[in-house]
Amino acid sequence: MVSREALAIGRVKHGVTICHFTRNRCFWHKVTAHPRALESVLRTAHQMIVETDGMTDTLERARVSGQSRGEVIREICRHLAPFQTGERPITGDTVIAKDLTIDSLAIMDMVMELEDHFDISIPMNVVAEIHTVDQLADTIQKLCARR
Amino acid sequence: MGLFDRHAGLLEAYRDVRTTGYDPFQIRMERVLSPTEAIINGRKMLLVGTNNYFGLTFDPSCMEAAIEAIRAEGTGTTGSRIANGSYTEHVALEQEIAEFYGKKHCMVFTTGYQANLGLISTLAGEGDQLLIDADSHASIYDACKMTQAEVVRFKHNDPSSLEARLRRLGDRPGNRVVVLEGIYSMLGDSAPLREFIDVCKKYKAYVIVDEAHSLGALGDNGRGLCESTGVIDDCHFIVGTFSKTLGAIGGYCVSDDPDFDILRVTVRSYMFTASLPPSIVASVRQALKVVKAKPELRTQLWSNVATLYEGLAAKGFKLGPEHGPVVGVHLPDRMTAIGFWRAMLDAGIYVNVAVPPATPNGVSLLRCSVCAVHTKEQLEHMIEVMTGIARQLGVLEDRTPRVVGGAR
Repeated sequence: MVSREALAIGRVKHGVTICHFTRNRCFWHKVTAHPRALESVLRTAHQMIVETDGMTDTLERARVSGQSRGEVIREICRHLAPFQTGERPITGDTVIAKDLTIDSLAIMDMVMELEDHFDISIPMNVVAEIHTVDQLADTIQKLCARR
Repeated sequence: MGLFDRHAGLLEAYRDVRTTGYDPFQIRMERVLSPTEAIINGRKMLLVGTNNYFGLTFDPSCMEAAIEAIRAEGTGTTGSRIANGSYTEHVALEQEIAEFYGKKHCMVFTTGYQANLGLISTLAGEGDQLLIDADSHASIYDACKMTQAEVVRFKHNDPSSLEARLRRLGDRPGNRVVVLEGIYSMLGDSAPLREFIDVCKKYKAYVIVDEAHSLGALGDNGRGLCESTGVIDDCHFIVGTFSKTLGAIGGYCVSDDPDFDILRVTVRSYMFTASLPPSIVASVRQALKVVKAKPELRTQLWSNVATLYEGLAAKGFKLGPEHGPVVGVHLPDRMTAIGFWRAMLDAGIYVNVAVPPATPNGVSLLRCSVCAVHTKEQLEHMIEVMTGIARQLGVLEDRTPRVVGGAR
């Protein structure tokens, strides 16, 4: 397994084979292109397995930020809970503006709270590209790593 | 997907609004009688929602100036300043506004919206960082969509929130541009400008202050919050509008920057729209003279604000945080706000209703804007009417003594 944040910042090296599960389907990728090209594919992955083809040493497993994904997701869910509809749980796949009863202004206000919690700034144009909880978590982890 | 499908949610909300029988967003002013009265639905209404802070729309000297200008120079300029040239009066108006602020340069726009849209999106470009208050006006938000700069919001009226965001930028290259407003249009609260300026100085950020609702209202000479807080020299750009206190339409920006005039060939909302017609330029020039000559209008405005604000507060209404020419009355939800607004119209009083997503923090408001020429009687009548409606709707507790124990 390799952490998603490592992928997000392009630390997965060429030659690494990545397996990810999306909606119970399994996909394998040999990393030949720049890892960033895989980012969009991997965004929706629930679980990832990376086979290293003997390149384990080059794979950086160290947490790239002070924030574990669990912490980030927990914090996001804490802010989104008031906008949950019905019994449907909030997951990484939750599309924030569609699956929840939250308007665009409230999303921006939530982002401001998250910014202060994690001591990062998420520019508005970046927020506009974020649709799911997972994407928001990716962004937060990426910015935390740069801090 | 059809063109209008994406508005389905809004359409539904709008339908709800219109079930009250009136559409608050398409009110027809059948005849405007004065700054404080108009005929709506065949009835005379008290106007307390038109941003006409000094009541200058019917000032005889402003009206005469406009009429004279039409006779002398016609009804319109039929083109932009860069294509059709500037009229002598455009240039004179710009000089007079620059002098009013003690700044070197001024540029006049056809609307206040266009002033913000064009200036902000041009001043902050690629590689720069634009920092805006969370409760900024739509014109500021729309400028953010047009700029190549990175945009970050900070918490409303919170200098420490701005400071955190400037600090996080560290030593990244790029100009920092901070946008503030003198008085915010929904709740009538004003910015802690001096504290904001201190933060901006510390991080070497440029400051743009929009005095749309504070021109005339604040400062010993009516220049706005930048004057009342003593920071005019620290505001790099001051923006404002002619469409509120000055009773017409148009926008402006003043600055001391030596290269300011380059904006005349870079700001697209200035370059690619027709300039203000002679009549408007003339009435605005005259209105500015009235603002300078009659400080008593400012005194009257604030006295009226106190009457309305204190009167409503005493009845138990939840209001914006401080006295301001805009008095925002909080109501529990959207439908109550719309019902309340409709009941006020039935009682002969016109105010604005403001509901999410146009309002900060999802609040529903009745937005009242006070005029210097409202009479005390008009405002006291309004307080009585609002109190009655609030009790009927259960917004305020019904304090009518109840008969206990049946008839004796």
